[in-house]
Amino acid sequence: MYQFDYQAPDSLEAALAALRENDEAKIVAGGMTLLPTMKLRLARPEALIDINRIGSLAGVTEKNRAIVIGAMTRHADVAASKLVRDRIPGLADLAETIGDPQVRNRGTIGGSVANNDPAADYPAGLVGLGATVVTDRREIAADDFFTDMFETALEADEIITAVHFPIPKRAAYMKFPNPASRYAIVGVMVAETHDGIRVAVTGAAPCVFRVTAMEDALKKDFTPDAIAPIAVDGAEFNEDIHASAEYRAHLVNVMARRAVAAVG
Amino acid sequence: MKVSFSVNGAELSGDVEPRTLLVDFLRNDLGLTGTHVGCDTSQCGACVVHLDGRSIKSCTLLAVQAEGMQVTTIEGLADGDALHPMQAAFREEHGLQCGFCTPGMIMSAIDLLQNNAAPTEKEIRDWLEGNLCRCTGYQNIVKSIQTNAKSQ
Repeated sequence: MYQFDYQAPDSLEAALAALRENDEAKIVAGGMTLLPTMKLRLARPEALIDINRIGSLAGVTEKNRAIVIGAMTRHADVAASKLVRDRIPGLADLAETIGDPQVRNRGTIGGSVANNDPAADYPAGLVGLGATVVTDRREIAADDFFTDMFETALEADEIITAVHFPIPKRAAYMKFPNPASRYAIVGVMVAETHDGIRVAVTGAAPCVFRVTAMEDALKKDFTPDAIAPIAVDGAEFNEDIHASAEYRAHLVNVMARRAVAAVG
Repeated sequence: MKVSFSVNGAELSGDVEPRTLLVDFLRNDLGLTGTHVGCDTSQCGACVVHLDGRSIKSCTLLAVQAEGMQVTTIEGLADGDALHPMQAAFREEHGLQCGFCTPGMIMSAIDLLQNNAAPTEKEIRDWLEGNLCRCTGYQNIVKSIQTNAKSQ
């Protein structure tokens, strides 16, 4: 790893000030992606601003028929939260499938969302549940937040503080995990929210996306059979040693049907 | 930069580069070589230690990030000559072959029982997702954890 400066401010204001001071600085949350990337020298930030000491950024609360999860809440804590398990069990299930227990003990929802890895689980969770990303300065709808592979609507000096999940009527997440890393080869969140049905897919394409044809079909008939004939176009899908684009396109339908069945 | 935290109950301080990984600090500066480096990519779990009581991979944490926290390594488990019950169970059930993954397995297994005192075999196997045994000696590792869970 290349040398870098390090600081661990204990307030959001101090972290923002440090970030504004240095264009080459990076925020480290759980560090489960950033530190391995730095070890491989794929990233070489001049400075790390560690936000693990900002206690106000972690925790789960219920507010106005929504679950609000602080950006620094660990995956293990989302999975174990009675509130999340009770109100949005599909989201607790999703958190429980990320990486392994030790990664879940460090990795955070804010870090995962800001990184927008094409195979990460949370992007499907946020888009599928119609969540809102809350930052130090504004609120961004999940539909507008994830813009491209590893790209988000965040400004360079902006920090996520929380994610706001409206409590759905019902929702489930199903994924076909990479057997080694547990990243999603394809993961699908299906939700019946108070604003309609949403189907969001991660892992398949460079960025999370919705399958509106499936959403429309499920509106008429909420059964796995209703979406069985709906194929997605895999022309632009990811292709690697784990799965071809064609296989991923096939998995989108299979995982979506399983999610609909799990929603019940 | 200065860092101070507790390792196995002893307050320690040292001077480290920010880029020093916790596992390297433990092994190279403190001589606590029971924590192993296997893959160095947060996959294999040979480097699992407890940070404020929770299992984490010490190859993916900077030493400076442990500032003010409590680190427990495999060396901190035994009470003098008396093995920790999980260590004793691994010995009893021969939960190892070459032994390289054992410290990480034991640290991880202790965290499992903290979360779930009576895990099923499937729950044990799921929990060990982040601990690889290249000898493929999982059968006795799972048995060791079951033995420890039953004796609690």
